[in-house]
Amino acid sequence: MVLVLFVITAVTSSAVGVVYNMTKDPIEKADQLKTQNALSEVLPKFDNQPNDEKIEKDVDGMKLNVYTARLDGKVVGYAVETFSKNGFNGHIRLIVGFKTDGSIHNISVLSQNETPGLGAKISEKGSKFVAQFSGKNPDSFKLFVKKDGGDVDAITASTITSRAFTEAVNLAYKIFNEIDKEEADNE
Amino acid sequence: MSNLKTFTSGIIKNNPVFVLLLGMCPTLGTTTSAINGLGMGVATMCVLIFSNAIISLIKNLIPSKIRIPAFIVVIASLVTVVELIMKAYTPDLYSALGVFIPLIVVNCIILGRAESFASKNGVLASMLDGAGIGLGFTLSLTIIGSIRELLGSYSIFGQKLIDTDGILIFVLAPGAFLVLGYLLVIFNKLTAKHK
Repeated sequence: MVLVLFVITAVTSSAVGVVYNMTKDPIEKADQLKTQNALSEVLPKFDNQPNDEKIEKDVDGMKLNVYTARLDGKVVGYAVETFSKNGFNGHIRLIVGFKTDGSIHNISVLSQNETPGLGAKISEKGSKFVAQFSGKNPDSFKLFVKKDGGDVDAITASTITSRAFTEAVNLAYKIFNEIDKEEADNE
Repeated sequence: MSNLKTFTSGIIKNNPVFVLLLGMCPTLGTTTSAINGLGMGVATMCVLIFSNAIISLIKNLIPSKIRIPAFIVVIASLVTVVELIMKAYTPDLYSALGVFIPLIVVNCIILGRAESFASKNGVLASMLDGAGIGLGFTLSLTIIGSIRELLGSYSIFGQKLIDTDGILIFVLAPGAFLVLGYLLVIFNKLTAKHK
């Protein structure tokens, strides 16, 4: 009895191991492709490999990457990974592209679990909610939903998602400012 | 029972969702849109076919006292395999289904079929049974998902039909119960005639 159970577990676990090894590379590639797509979506035109120039930041136990985009060797923008724990269904992860002057170029959703048809609109293509951030500088554009006295138009019936999204953008802007200061100090 | 009958009984007569009422957790949880329902159904079907095949292959080696843990080990490994494959080749679907993929392990349809069918029948019949039940599960989930998506966000398979917000309740949890309830009524009415 023990032997049979042992043999079954041994065989199945080695099978899982084999599949794990087989799928390891495709999974990594799929992840990289996702980041790559997100990067080219949120950053202004660049010609380097932002993936090779990432700075790691530790916020609240989450590892967040900041990618540097260069065109002809000059920094044209940063893509900041960010998140909020306050989504309607858990974490929302975003990547926010900043130009060097601090204005937001574009935002892409990395992962979310919001309600389909409601909060999930943040990851739909051509979402009006996300588009309103483009070209805005958080210095003058108050990053709160209108209900909380800011300038962000919330998605109807999805205030919680909109709040969480905005909170994540706020965090990204904070990280961007830190990086920007460090860069300025280095020069 | 002929093989064909084994296969088709899973789709209608023994439909896991509408007749056996098994696997309600993924049924209610993942059917927020047609594509999610379809994905969940196909993933479950894959696990079901292979778990039935493997269990019917090894059924004579397993002492009956430890058959449940043995089945669970086999099923859990298959689910992990499916999960890894989905992560590698369909990352979008993987992130949409999220926690429900690992939860296929505890889907009572799979253990139920292993116990009541695969452990008593041959490999081919067991695979056909898995395919039939799996197809029945997939169809049911796709139907529920389509209706919820249609009413809840006025779209089907991600294609927007009317450009306004839908009836919100249908994409939220209560909508799942409502749609399932009405579908059960319709399904029972339709199948009652054939009895």
